[in-house]
Amino acid sequence: MAGKTPLIHPLIVRVTHWINAFAILLMVMSGWRIYNAAPFFPFRFPPEITLGGWLAGALQWHFAAMWLFAGNLLIYLAFGIFSGRFRMKLFPVTPRAILTDIGAFFRGKLGHADLSMYNAVQKIFYIVAILAMIVLIASGIAIWKPVQMQEIASLMGGYEGARRVHFFAMATVVGFVAVHVVMALLVPKSLLAMVRGR
Amino acid sequence: MRRPRRPLVDARDVIRDAAKPMDLTTRRAFLKHAAGLGTLTFLTGCDVVDSSSAESALETMSRFNDRVQAALFNPHKLAPEYPSSWVMRPFPFNGFYSADQAPEVDPATYKLELAGKIADTRPWTLEQLYALPQTTQITRHICVEGWSAIGSWTGARFSDFLQRIGADLKAPYVTLRCADGYFTSIDMPTALHPQTQLSFAFDNEILPRIYGFPMKLRMPTKLGFKNPKHITAIEVTDRFQGGYWENQGYNWFSGL
Repeated sequence: MAGKTPLIHPLIVRVTHWINAFAILLMVMSGWRIYNAAPFFPFRFPPEITLGGWLAGALQWHFAAMWLFAGNLLIYLAFGIFSGRFRMKLFPVTPRAILTDIGAFFRGKLGHADLSMYNAVQKIFYIVAILAMIVLIASGIAIWKPVQMQEIASLMGGYEGARRVHFFAMATVVGFVAVHVVMALLVPKSLLAMVRGR
Repeated sequence: MRRPRRPLVDARDVIRDAAKPMDLTTRRAFLKHAAGLGTLTFLTGCDVVDSSSAESALETMSRFNDRVQAALFNPHKLAPEYPSSWVMRPFPFNGFYSADQAPEVDPATYKLELAGKIADTRPWTLEQLYALPQTTQITRHICVEGWSAIGSWTGARFSDFLQRIGADLKAPYVTLRCADGYFTSIDMPTALHPQTQLSFAFDNEILPRIYGFPMKLRMPTKLGFKNPKHITAIEVTDRFQGGYWENQGYNWFSGL
């Protein structure tokens, strides 16, 4: 549309983004409750920040929301790959560019004034987040179906290995979300762009 | 798949739940937390504040997941088996009561009752059961809580037993009832899976009381709670009957 500022995020990206945010919230909160039933680290998540009330409730949420999470991610990935958006926004990303931008970050000189362009740190950040979500789904399938999908589980060291992979992929995504939310709040117009598209 | 409305939790169940080693509260807490999700209503437009509608939506999804799992179930795919050095000793006890409350079954008077779509419903004594051809499997037991443990079970192939008693193998369900009041039901394809076993021994010893004397149904293709202990009755049926945990919200198929 001539005369208007160009669209930064097409509608499909915005819709899948917010569905993803909601699905991750449900998956993480119910997942923490499930973890609490048999923790493999010396801590549990406070029950107040979990979803489901008890193990069966948490499992019901987790196995319902997984369809939303996986289905939505599939649409997002298909769009990102076939529209060329990933290639345009996330690549290339070179180690040199990452180091340069990390240096700029610590000197307080890493800007993201132009919301349509990602710096190298942002690029690697989003790539890791997307990969972590794919690993979450793969390890989730391995835990859910360690017999029927034992080939996937064995890639992760079997059922018990897949549980750990699932946990660390979750931790990566939660870490990403924490930083992502802080950055969005520091640059409110980026939040606006994810709502209005520009 | 028809399913009766699940009963409200009674006091006995609450006490049993409280006795479980895992962090269990009653379904009421589940309802309360589901209501707490009301803060998310603005995102969805759904009436998640009405906890009973959230509950029934989750129940619908759980039935959908039963169908997905039945479709994913490959009757020829075997669960991995392990060397005997991998067997966990002692093997963990789990139940809705503590180990010392496990039922005492008298082997002299024990009878396995048969009912439903079975040609020969004469009850079986332990002696007759022990005379069945037996095999050993060393497989991973995976609990719904998440932990797992490798165990060694010896017993008769369940599909052989079902054929022997003239069970209608086209019936969709097999319901199993236990000496401790526990019950569960499984799909026929899983009942006929080559690793589904009527187990009489654990780690080469007569099945100890806490592991389900005189016998359990071992299914390495299903979560631990679907593997009933102290079985006293087997029914082959067209009627969906759920199970002790299943009727409180755990997924019915619970396949691995």
